Amino acid sequence: MALKIVKGSIDRMFDKNLQDLVRGIRNHKEDEAKYISTCIDEIKQELKQDNIAVKANAVCKLTYLQMLGYDVSWAAFNIVEVMSSSKFTYKRIGYLAASQCFHEGTDVIMLTTNQIRKDLSSPHQYDTGVALTGLSCFVTPDLARDLANDIMTLMSHTKPYIRKKAVLIMYKVFLKYPESLRPAFPRLKEKLEDPDPGVQSAAVNVICELARRNPKNYLSLAPLFFKLMTSSTNNWVLIKIIKLFGALTPLEPRLGKKMIEPLTNLIHSTSAMSLLYECVNTVIAVLISLSSGMPNHSASIQLCVQKLRILIEDSDQNLKYLGLLAMSKILKTHPKSVQSHKDLILQCLDDKDESIRLRALDLLYGMVSKKNLMEIVKKLMLHVDKAEGTTYRDELLTKIIDICSQSNYQYITNFEWYISILVELTRLEGTRHGHLIASQMLDVAIRVKAIRGFAVAQMATLLDNAHLLTGNTQRNGICEVLYAAAWICGEFSEHLEDPMQTLEAMLRPKVATLPGHIQAVYVQNAAKLFATVLRKHEGETDSHAAQETSQLLIDRLPLFVQSANLEVQERASCILQLVKYIQKLQQKKVEVAEEVTALFAGELNPVAPKAQKKVPVPEGLDLDAWINKPPSESESEDEKPKAVFAKEEPKHSRSRHTEVDEKELARRREARKQEQANNPFYIKASPSSQKVYDAPGVEHIPVVQIDLSVPLKVPGMPMSDQYLKLEEERRQKEKAERKKKEKKKKREKRGKERKADSGPESEEDITPAHQVDIVTEEMPENALPSDDDDKDPNDPHKALDIDLDKPLADSEKLPVRTHRPEVLKSPAEDRVNENIPQETKKRSGKETKEKKKGKEKDRKRSKEEKKKKKHKEVEEELLESQPEEAVQSEETKEAATPPTSTSAEASDLDFWLCSAPVPPAAQEETAPSSAAAVDTSSAAAPESEPDEPKDAEPEDTKSSKHKKKKQKKEKEEKEKKKKKRHHHHHHHHHHHHSDAGGEDSVQNGTVEEEEPLPPMSNYSLLAENSYIKMMKEDADQVYDIQGNHQDESKVVVSVIFENKSDSFLKSMEFNVLDSLNSKLQRPEGAGAHDSLTVPFQLPPGISNEARFVFSVQSIVMPQKLKGTLTFIVKSDESSTHEKLDFKLHFTCTSYLITTPCYSDAYAKLLESGDLKGSSLRLEGINMPFHHLLARICFHHHFSVVERIDSCASMYSRSIQGHHVCLLVKTSDQTVSIDAKCDEPSLLGNVLDEIKQTFSKC
Amino acid sequence: MIKAILIFNNHGKPRMSKFYEHYTEDTEQQIIRETFHLVSKRDENICNFLEGGLLIGGSDNKLIYRHYATLYFVFCVDSSESELGILDLIQVFVETLDKCFENVCELDLIFHVDKVHNILAEMVMGGMVLETNMSEIITQVEAQGKMEKSEAGIAGAPARAVSAVKNMNLPEMPKNINIGDISIKVPNLPSFK
Repeated sequence: MALKIVKGSIDRMFDKNLQDLVRGIRNHKEDEAKYISTCIDEIKQELKQDNIAVKANAVCKLTYLQMLGYDVSWAAFNIVEVMSSSKFTYKRIGYLAASQCFHEGTDVIMLTTNQIRKDLSSPHQYDTGVALTGLSCFVTPDLARDLANDIMTLMSHTKPYIRKKAVLIMYKVFLKYPESLRPAFPRLKEKLEDPDPGVQSAAVNVICELARRNPKNYLSLAPLFFKLMTSSTNNWVLIKIIKLFGALTPLEPRLGKKMIEPLTNLIHSTSAMSLLYECVNTVIAVLISLSSGMPNHSASIQLCVQKLRILIEDSDQNLKYLGLLAMSKILKTHPKSVQSHKDLILQCLDDKDESIRLRALDLLYGMVSKKNLMEIVKKLMLHVDKAEGTTYRDELLTKIIDICSQSNYQYITNFEWYISILVELTRLEGTRHGHLIASQMLDVAIRVKAIRGFAVAQMATLLDNAHLLTGNTQRNGICEVLYAAAWICGEFSEHLEDPMQTLEAMLRPKVATLPGHIQAVYVQNAAKLFATVLRKHEGETDSHAAQETSQLLIDRLPLFVQSANLEVQERASCILQLVKYIQKLQQKKVEVAEEVTALFAGELNPVAPKAQKKVPVPEGLDLDAWINKPPSESESEDEKPKAVFAKEEPKHSRSRHTEVDEKELARRREARKQEQANNPFYIKASPSSQKVYDAPGVEHIPVVQIDLSVPLKVPGMPMSDQYLKLEEERRQKEKAERKKKEKKKKREKRGKERKADSGPESEEDITPAHQVDIVTEEMPENALPSDDDDKDPNDPHKALDIDLDKPLADSEKLPVRTHRPEVLKSPAEDRVNENIPQETKKRSGKETKEKKKGKEKDRKRSKEEKKKKKHKEVEEELLESQPEEAVQSEETKEAATPPTSTSAEASDLDFWLCSAPVPPAAQEETAPSSAAAVDTSSAAAPESEPDEPKDAEPEDTKSSKHKKKKQKKEKEEKEKKKKKRHHHHHHHHHHHHSDAGGEDSVQNGTVEEEEPLPPMSNYSLLAENSYIKMMKEDADQVYDIQGNHQDESKVVVSVIFENKSDSFLKSMEFNVLDSLNSKLQRPEGAGAHDSLTVPFQLPPGISNEARFVFSVQSIVMPQKLKGTLTFIVKSDESSTHEKLDFKLHFTCTSYLITTPCYSDAYAKLLESGDLKGSSLRLEGINMPFHHLLARICFHHHFSVVERIDSCASMYSRSIQGHHVCLLVKTSDQTVSIDAKCDEPSLLGNVLDEIKQTFSKC
Repeated sequence: MIKAILIFNNHGKPRMSKFYEHYTEDTEQQIIRETFHLVSKRDENICNFLEGGLLIGGSDNKLIYRHYATLYFVFCVDSSESELGILDLIQVFVETLDKCFENVCELDLIFHVDKVHNILAEMVMGGMVLETNMSEIITQVEAQGKMEKSEAGIAGAPARAVSAVKNMNLPEMPKNINIGDISIKVPNLPSFK
């Protein structure tokens, strides 16, 4: 036997292996194709052999050839053969080949189902792994359906290596077989909490992919992801989750509010740029989703913008690029905060990297305002001059035009300036965008009536200097502007100072070198000018000038009559005859001017580009129906010659099209109106429709005379700059005037709100230079509202839009192969069993073939292997029965559990989103996170701190220690006062993440009408001096560690340290004098009085948060612990040791955990009689009842069980399991609280604390 | 999702291509060509992202690439991937190749595409990132390598001997080929910077 194998491999060794093939190809550089074709022939021979090793080698080579672009699908069956080899080496080769070239259209794929199933259940993990990897690339709907159940079983495999692959591939299965999503989802969700980080990451990956397409179905997972986000340390997973939240927040604003704080925390703490960037991105997404409702997140925006600035300033081009990218997202909703970084963005225009320059340009587009438009455009114009390479320069040009023309020229205050910019742009060499400039010129001239005079003057100069534009060779692009220039001069010729000169310019022989469509416009507009000239000279006794003009035309037009361009020729000859006729009349001294002008009478109005599309289809008109009989096939050839004319169209510039459209439309409209008027059966839509056409009358639009105070050309300075200067002066003047007015006002009401007069002008302050009326585009009557639904119906993700919270129905199961029992058995066995009742007889036929081969192979195998196989069979038999059972039990489980969990889940989410201090669902784990969540609110807090401490401090910053000691006592008193004030402040100035919380935890329905809650904060001042301020969270996040002694619990205290000085604070050490009852948890090995090092340093102005764990034995009494913080103050010159004393106050409240309680359980609890009662009366409380409840919930960690009118029951639980029940009633400013608890002293203390809370307000 | 992973050299010769969506061979070649065209004309010290990957799947896509010595590693990804994350992933990939091939150079990739595919399969599966931990990837790759060796057993020995003999006899051993003999210098970039 062994000999046979050796012999086989000796045969084999003269076959080419992959390396030989590669080498061969490299040596046949000249005739590569030929060489490869001989190789393919060899491969074909090899594939015919029985030896699987030879086949595998051949398939391996094919995979390489596939990469080079050769179609190898003809070998698909051989690939399947190699895949089914029992040797891992060959199997892997087979699966690799399959993953590279199989796809849904490959028909042999259906042969693979059983093989893959066998591999999936292989005892060797790498067989399974290879099968999963391969399958992920070529899974088809059929495979997905047949294998979904097997893969789902693998999701609970003992080996994490298999689990993670199985989890990941489920995404592909869902895509191909959407029905599997709901049955598989519970297990997928379970994998989010898999002990193996790889599996967890895979599950996150899959759910993120799913949620990205259909986010609303995954909202209920938010708490789970939130927990992962705060607990995971894997940046890859964090990035995915954060991206996911970015997709979820637009759907649930409350989620956004909750996210901001942990995200800002991450932004502060992470050193990974990738994570930082994604955090910033998601914060932006949150802010965008909140932008309407919550205006008060300027701190977060500022933080984002500031971090992005750091990215943009980085030398790493990648960070720079991403920074700009994210900046443009902020820009959409918070343009002001980005605008302040204009300098930086403009700087990026100088970057050597084109992608960065383009990004910066994009940003500039959104950053312009009335105020800075001119300045920005000026900078861009400089760049246009400097730019190398036409593509970038063209990009700049289009951007300039985009920036100026955006939202209907919103930001342009001075159109003269804009026209000059356009004229300046025409000096660009070799640009492709002549037509763009031209259409802008046309658009502005048509729509801004006030500017026509100026525009015409400019255009006349342009025409006069046409040789500059057309001068060297074919600068084809830019001569398009002449088209616009000629048309404007012609159409608005009444504004021309010297029409004769322009006419002359338009009829120069050189014009004949211009493209045909421009010549045509020249000729047509020459006629218009002619009419103007005639009118000008009308009534003059000497008709010499008019006749001279006619002569000019008659002399010059023949040139155009000879034009090869049909359009030019036609127009020219037409006009030539007309002029000749006019000349005759002139000689007879007939007044012709009026008649000639009538040729071109009428006003043009711009028509919206969509206007045509929006015309509603009249009733009863079927646009798809044939008007005549459909032409026969042969006729189509006859139509061909027409195309010759039609083809020329595309050459024409964009502007031309619009013009034609406008004229056309106007004409048609006129015709239609005529027709309608004549048609007695036509019912007019409404009287107003008539108006639409007549009303946009030119008369009532105020046309302001422009005082052309600006000389048209300023030597040595581009014109637009001149405008910039003028504009600045104008604004200065206006500002001065405004100031004067303001001063007057101020005098009247001095002392009231001071306005920073040096501050930036607001948009509204800038008045445009001219009263400009921008004519809006016309739309047809009863235009249809535009609703272009451009969703791709073929998107595979559409099918995955499945509600995952609904309980599973019985019918929803993954197909289990019960109806074909043999499939469950290992394929090894079904080789023996010939009963294959499968749908495809073809398949079974092939399989038997395979089986025969398999048998032959078997014979070749050594005895050893046979033994192994026997063993395997036994194993497999065992395995067979197991999965079935497992599957069934699982399904029953799944069907049974969801109904309760899902309904609870939805409300869980609500609760999680709104419950103030601790999310109950994920309480233990989220405890640290939500503690962190409050961080930013407090970071913002110092801003609102009263200024007094600072005022008081400067004296003692450098004072001696003696002095300080004296002051200390005073200070402590001060602080106490401050504490109160501090609370007060919070209430007024801060939106806090929990403000909505309290509200919602109260019964729904009644809430909406009631006024919103004032925001609350949990942080209070612990101690402060001139260097540092410590803030402690009132409501310490508390958790008990299970498995500990019943009577010992742990309390976490979050303390925020804020550096108030200008120096660097370091080596901070935190120490507390332990009491018998409460002890600070110190690291192992540390002495009982050692202090803890605070794990960070504080640069000036920075605050950070540290958490300390205390162990507490008895919780029935409040505790006070004395402590000190020592630190080193390091400034440039010196460093000094400083210390700050503080007192930590553990209230009984801080031992309570918000725990939801259902009313029935609550009733039982009260009935049990184990609880002792106590009560409390509060007088003079004049706040709404729901505020009161929210306060108790927020400050004292209760949850509302039930609320009926002005009566509510509340519940909380202590960390040691004491139940605390409250019944709160209110009437006429009196609140009575009846309370019950199994620990009377705890209850007494809690009630005292509640009383204290309300005495403060 | 990762749509495609391409490796080609400075002349645009494909060294490995993995598409996670089906295209015909011709389209694949065209995509490789166009990607090379886009990437190769970019300077060294400019950003590694290219937008508007119209080649594959539309405007949602981005090309993220790194250039090492003679090779370009290009990932085409959609917007669900983090740009910097993918850059790090490329780094992990190359470092893994470096470990598995011991000072990887272009020739390793030329002659052992299959191995490169196998390594990649432990990192990315069906367009989704499977594993980012390099040591885990290497462990799995090596375990599979061992399995392959043990399977080859005696049967593999003569083949190996022959291949050695072939290499001795044939003058066109890769040594004579100059291109790509430079090993890919893998700079030690901090992961997830």
